[in-house]
Order: sequence, then C-alpha cells, then structure tokens
Amino acid sequence: MLHELTSSLGSDVVVGVIQAAGAIALCLGVVALCRWFGVNVEREAASSMARGLVQMVIVGTILALLLKGSLLIGILILVGMTIAAAVTASRRLPEINGALSSSLCAIAAGAGVVIIIMLATRTLEVQIAMLVPVGSMIIANAMNACAQAAERFKADVVAHVGQIEAGLTLGADPATTVAPYVKSAVYASLLPRLDMLKSLGLVWIPGVMAGMVLSGASPVYAGIYQFIIVAMILAASGITGLVATVLMRERIFSPAAQLTMHPHGDTLANPSGVVRRRQA
Amino acid sequence: MSADYPAALETRNLSRAVAGRVLVDDITVQLRQGEVVAVVGPSGAGKSSFLRLLNRLDEPTGGTVLLNGRDYCAMAPQELRRRVGMVMQTAYLFPGTVAENIAFGPRQRHQAVTPEAIASLLERVGLPGYKDRDVNKLSGGEAQRVSVARTLANNPDALLLDEPTSALDEISARGIEDLVLSIVHERRMTCVIVTHNKLQAARMADQTMIIEAGKLIAVGPTKELLNAA
Repeated sequence: MLHELTSSLGSDVVVGVIQAAGAIALCLGVVALCRWFGVNVEREAASSMARGLVQMVIVGTILALLLKGSLLIGILILVGMTIAAAVTASRRLPEINGALSSSLCAIAAGAGVVIIIMLATRTLEVQIAMLVPVGSMIIANAMNACAQAAERFKADVVAHVGQIEAGLTLGADPATTVAPYVKSAVYASLLPRLDMLKSLGLVWIPGVMAGMVLSGASPVYAGIYQFIIVAMILAASGITGLVATVLMRERIFSPAAQLTMHPHGDTLANPSGVVRRRQA
Repeated sequence: MSADYPAALETRNLSRAVAGRVLVDDITVQLRQGEVVAVVGPSGAGKSSFLRLLNRLDEPTGGTVLLNGRDYCAMAPQELRRRVGMVMQTAYLFPGTVAENIAFGPRQRHQAVTPEAIASLLERVGLPGYKDRDVNKLSGGEAQRVSVARTLANNPDALLLDEPTSALDEISARGIEDLVLSIVHERRMTCVIVTHNKLQAARMADQTMIIEAGKLIAVGPTKELLNAA
C-alpha cells in the first residue's frame, strides 16, 4: 500500500501541481475581471478552489492506497457512495417522511441491478480499479435521477392537489390519481440521460473513451464501451427514477387514501389514518 | 331537525387539529336524508374543514362520522367517497372530453357508463350534446355542471358542495343552485353545502349550521336561524 502511494507521488505530481497553479491563476484572473464588473466572488471562489483541490488530493491519495486493494474494499466504497448519494438526494424532500430510506432503496436498486448485470456479463471487470470508478459514475447518475424524479413528482403533486383530490372524491385509488405525475417524473429523470445518449460523440467525447484511447485501446472498441457505459447509466437512472417515484407515491397518501402533501403545509396531524377517539 | 327522515350522516364529537391548531372542534350533528343543510360562518371558521371530514378527505383527530348508522372508518375510503360525493369550489375536470370525465367514477369500479346514461346525465345538468366537448373549452358554469354530473354518475347517497358557485357569475350561480336543489329533491339525497353567502343559504337550505372558530354555534331551520342572526 505504502509503495503504491509513494509511486504515485512521482514526477507527474509535480507537473500536476504546476498545472494546477496555472489553472488557479487563470481563475483568479477571471475573479479580478468579475470584480471590475462589480461581481464580488473572491471569497467564494478562493474557498471553492481550495476545497476542490484538497478534496481531489485526498481522493487521489485514497485511490492510490485502495486501487490495488481487495474487492471487498471496493464494494464497501460503493456502498458508502450509495448512502452518501441517498443522503444528498433526500435533502431535497424534507417534507416527506422516509425520504432517506426511499432514496436509498431507489439508488441501490438502480445502481445495484446495473452493476450486477455488468459484472455478470463481464462488461465490468471484477477489479477494484474498474469497479469503483465505473460504479461511482452509475451511482452519481442514479442519485441525480432520484433527485430529479422526486422533485418533479413533488412539484406536480403540489401543483395538482385539486385534481388529485377530485379523483379521490370520485372513489379513485391514490395510485390512479397521481398516475400522470408518476409518468412525467420518471420521464423527467430520464431526459438528461437520453440527451446524453443522443449527443454521444457529436457534442462530447466522455472521459472513459478518452482515457481508453490515450492508454492505447482501439478507438472503435473504446467508443462502443463508452456507449455501453452511458446505456447502463440510462438503465440505472430509469430504475432509480421509477422506484423513487413509486416509493414517494406510497408516502404522500395516508392509509385512509388522503393526500398528506399540500402546498400550504397542512399535513395531517394524524397521518397514520387511524382515528383517535375522544374519551367520553 | 325534522324527524321524518332517518339520519343519513351523523357526526359524533368530530374534531380535527393540525399542528396544534383546532380546525373543527367537537361537532355533533345529524344530517337527515332528503334535507339540504347549509354550513355558514366567517372565513377561516372551519366550514370547509368540516365538509372535508364528512367524506374522510381529511382525517379526524377526534370523533367520527356515521353513514346510515355505520362508522365510516369501517368502510373502504373509496366506497365511502363514492357514496358521499363531493363537488368542489373549482370543477377540477380531468383532461379529455366531458364524457370521459363523467365515466371516471364508475370506471374506478370497473363499471362502464353507457352513452345513453351519459346523455341522460348531461341532459339533467342542462348540457345536452356536450359529451364530446373538450373540457378545456367549457365556461366556468358549464365546467361546474359537468362536475355535478361527474359526481352524480357515482349514484351517491349524499352530496357535499364546497362553495360550488363562489367562482361563478350570478346567473350561472343561480343555475347551479336550481340544478342541485332539483336533483337533491328528486333523488332524496342528503346535501351539505358550505357557503359564505347567507342569501344562498336562505334560498337553498332547509337547515343551517353556523360554525365559528371550528365550533358549532347553532343549528336549526334556516329561516329561523338566519332571521335571528
């Protein structure tokens, strides 16, 4: 492990530090230009750059230590990433009970299923050096899909409380009353990934392909592999968006089929749906 | 209240509080079959909150409601809401045609509504030939009439109306009042109408409930109660 760390601190790191200094200098120039136009971002830009640099050095150091480690460590890293992703996604839904567990289930389902399929079909090699970077890409996209689906669903429900309650008053099941908003939420979570797939190679050449070509792989194979990764990201996003929305749907209604999420925050004092009878 | 009819809807110590604020406070009342009951009171008095408890659109935090003598908590919410229909202040029609909206309720129970039945309902609410109209092209009054027809398609025992004419002009409002009264009397339904308009209560209701700060202040024959007030 220590050898891996010291070997990673070679001449490349020195070059990297010089290049980073150049990047910082350019950013500082832009900050100065902004200041001239009355946009004061000095403090925020300085703290963001310092934080970003320190975080990436830490990540690089950890990866240098772990990339030759056991597969178990890789799996634990992915589990940790999944939990962090769920915490991040659930912060957008403070008004929903169980948002964290719903986000965790959705991201774990989407990313987990896809990673297992990639491992089973040998699209992804069972090596920590492959598993962690590719897995993290899939988890990150699943997190975004979860947040996008949940936000869209929440916004649609809040905007259509009248229609939803009109459906309920006519005897409809809760699932029926929000079916149009489930569809639009899942679609909203897929849209960025569909655009990504459409623009692949035309608007951008993603990092995996660039890295493979630079390391000597066939450009055609690198292109195909990149397509596979983006397609897997789309699949993970679809599963995550669907699971997140369905779980949210279950949580916004009480057991007595009452909508518990309202724009004015009139959530049920007794969301269990169980009537507490007054003592005589 | 009149003893001619059995109590179709009965509330017992019905209460609801949200985040420590009491919206409906310990209301016990009997609503008889075939009667129109107006619920009046100042804004924020808890009139609509009371109405929403009658079909369990909101959950009571105390007490309960009996529908024909049966505790409504023992009923499936979907069946309860079919039997206690509700027309809201805004029509909230679903995208599509008038016929699709009318068929919505029965379709939830896998029941088809025949074209003849739809035509008959539309005739009844004064909109003959409207079945294929896009709901986006209806006026406010027409939309509210479709909303009434959509609720009636479920054959409810009771009809709840939450300020159904407050968004309409005077002529359309009077049309909805006449329509509701004729249907309620024809089908001998229990009807509860929330209104801030005492004249409307006087025109429509046999009985009136006055609610203030969530409490039932008075209940009795409309003419006596409103004249006294």
